[in-house]
Amino acid sequence: MANQEIIFAGFGGQGILSMGKFLAYAGLEENLNVSWFPSYGPEMRGGTSNCSVILSDEPIGSPLVVDATTVVVMNRPSLDKFESHVVKGGLLIIDSDLVNREPERTDIEIIKIPAQRIAEEVGSKKIANMVLLGALVEKTKIVKMESLLKALKEHGKEQFYELNKKALERGAEFGR
Amino acid sequence: MAQKVLMKGNEAIGEAAIHAGCQCFFGYPITPQTEVAAYMSRRMPKVGRVFLQAESEVAAINMVYGAAGAGVRVMTSSSSPGISLKAEGISYIAGAELPCVILNIVRGGPGLGGIQPAQSDYFQATKGGGHGDYKLVVLAPSSVQEMVDFVQDAFDIADKYRTPVMIMGDGMLGQMMEPVEFKERPKKELPEKTWAANGLRGREKHNVINSLFLKPEELEAHNNKLQEKYREIEKNEVRYELYNCDEEMDLVIVSYGTLARICKNAIKMLKKEGINVGLIRPITLWPYPVEAFDKVVDKTKHGFISVEMSCGQMVEDVQLAVNGRKPVHFYGRSGGMVPTPAEIANKIKGIVGGAK
Repeated sequence: MANQEIIFAGFGGQGILSMGKFLAYAGLEENLNVSWFPSYGPEMRGGTSNCSVILSDEPIGSPLVVDATTVVVMNRPSLDKFESHVVKGGLLIIDSDLVNREPERTDIEIIKIPAQRIAEEVGSKKIANMVLLGALVEKTKIVKMESLLKALKEHGKEQFYELNKKALERGAEFGR
Repeated sequence: MAQKVLMKGNEAIGEAAIHAGCQCFFGYPITPQTEVAAYMSRRMPKVGRVFLQAESEVAAINMVYGAAGAGVRVMTSSSSPGISLKAEGISYIAGAELPCVILNIVRGGPGLGGIQPAQSDYFQATKGGGHGDYKLVVLAPSSVQEMVDFVQDAFDIADKYRTPVMIMGDGMLGQMMEPVEFKERPKKELPEKTWAANGLRGREKHNVINSLFLKPEELEAHNNKLQEKYREIEKNEVRYELYNCDEEMDLVIVSYGTLARICKNAIKMLKKEGINVGLIRPITLWPYPVEAFDKVVDKTKHGFISVEMSCGQMVEDVQLAVNGRKPVHFYGRSGGMVPTPAEIANKIKGIVGGAK
C-alpha cells in the first residue's frame, strides 16, 4: 500500500512549497490520491514556511499532516518544530548545511545531506530543495523518478529543468 | 473523461463558476479566500465577463444584487468578517427573491478573529445572518472536487428557486490543492428569468425588483410565499453522506466539510481497536438532513457526537434532529485549531468506554 504523509519545512524562499507541489503532481501522474496544504499565516516573507503533502492509494482524510511518515527540514527552527512529528520508524531528511544541531530522535531513520553545497556544485544554491526531494523519492519510492521528472517538465520552468534533474539525481544517491 | 488537474480550492471554485456560466464576479479581498478574487481578476476578462473589485464588501454584495436583478449568473466570495458586512445585502437579495451564489471560506471569529480555518459561521449561515424570515441554501463541500461540483449545483438551485445559495468551506479547503476534474454536465431545465429587470424586451411594463412591502398584509403574503418556497427546498434539496453506518454502531459522528474527512480517519483508527463508529456528513447545512438521523438512530448504542471547528453550533441541529431519542455529545475546537484524528478518537473512547 502506498502511503506517505510528508511535512516539508524551512524558510520562505527556499522552495518549500514548490517541492511539495512537484511531488503532488508526480503522485497525480501515478493516479494516487494527493493533497497539498500550505501553512498560511501573516508571516509570509522571510518567515518560516511549511506544507503538508499526502500521497496515498486510499482516500485522503485530513490534508493537514500531524503524524508524518517523512519530514524534510531546511532550517533549525523547522527541525525544532517538526522532529517530534515523525512517526516511529519514519524518515527525517535534513539539510545539514543549514541545520546546526543533531537530531535527538533515535527511533527514526535520518538522512543528512549537505544540500547547499551539492546544489552549488550542480549550479545554483536555489535548487537545494530538489537535492532533498531526490533523496526522499529514492528512499521512499512513493513515486517513480520518471514521474517526478515529468512533473518538473510540465509544471516547472523550462530553463531550470536540466539543473533540477541533476540536483534530483545527486540527492537520490543519499537515498540509496 | 476530462483530465484531472491539481488545483487550489480557491482557484478551482473560480474556474468552476466560469464553467457554470457566471457572468459577473464582485469581491473584496480577505484572507483566506483572496485567491478566488485574484483568479477571477485574471480569468473573467479573458472570457469576456465582468470582474470587479468593489470598494467594500457592502458595495460588492449590492453589485451582486444589481446583477442578479438583471438576470445574470453572479457570484461573490468572502471570509467570515466580510460575510457579516454582506449580511444586509443577502437579506435584501433573499427578500427580493434573486438568485446568486455566495462563497464563505470561513476563518476563526468572532470579530476580526484570526485567519486559520474554522466552522464558526454555522449559525450565521443557517439561522439568519441578516434580518427577517429568510433562509439560505447552504452547501458544505469537503473536497476541492466537491467545491467544483457544488458551484454548478449552487447556480442551478439558485436559479430554480430564485434564492441566494451559499457555499461554505473552511480555510483549509480554500488553501489546499487536490486533483479536480471539470466534468461536462448536462444543462438543467431551468425556468426562464421573465422577472429580470433588464429592459422591456417586448413586455408591456417594466419588471420591478424590490423587497419593500409597506402593507403588513402584503408583507405577510410575501413571507408566506417565501416560506412555501423554503418548504419546497426542504423537500427536494436535502443532501448528506452516510459513512460506515450499515451495521450496529457504538456511536455516530456528525460532522461536515474538511473536518468530516478527519473524522473518517478517526473512524478507521477506532475500528482497529474494535470500536465501530459511523458518520453522518451533512452536505446541505440548510436544509438540514434530518432524515439521515432517522435512518441510523436505532443502530447507535451511545447516540451521536457533533464534531465541529466551533464552540458548539451545529450540535443544536443535531439535538433537534435526534429529538431526545438518544444522547447527543459534542466535541469542538475553535480559533483556527484543527482537531486531529487521535484527539477525536480519544474523545469517543471516553464516551463509549474504551476498547470492546
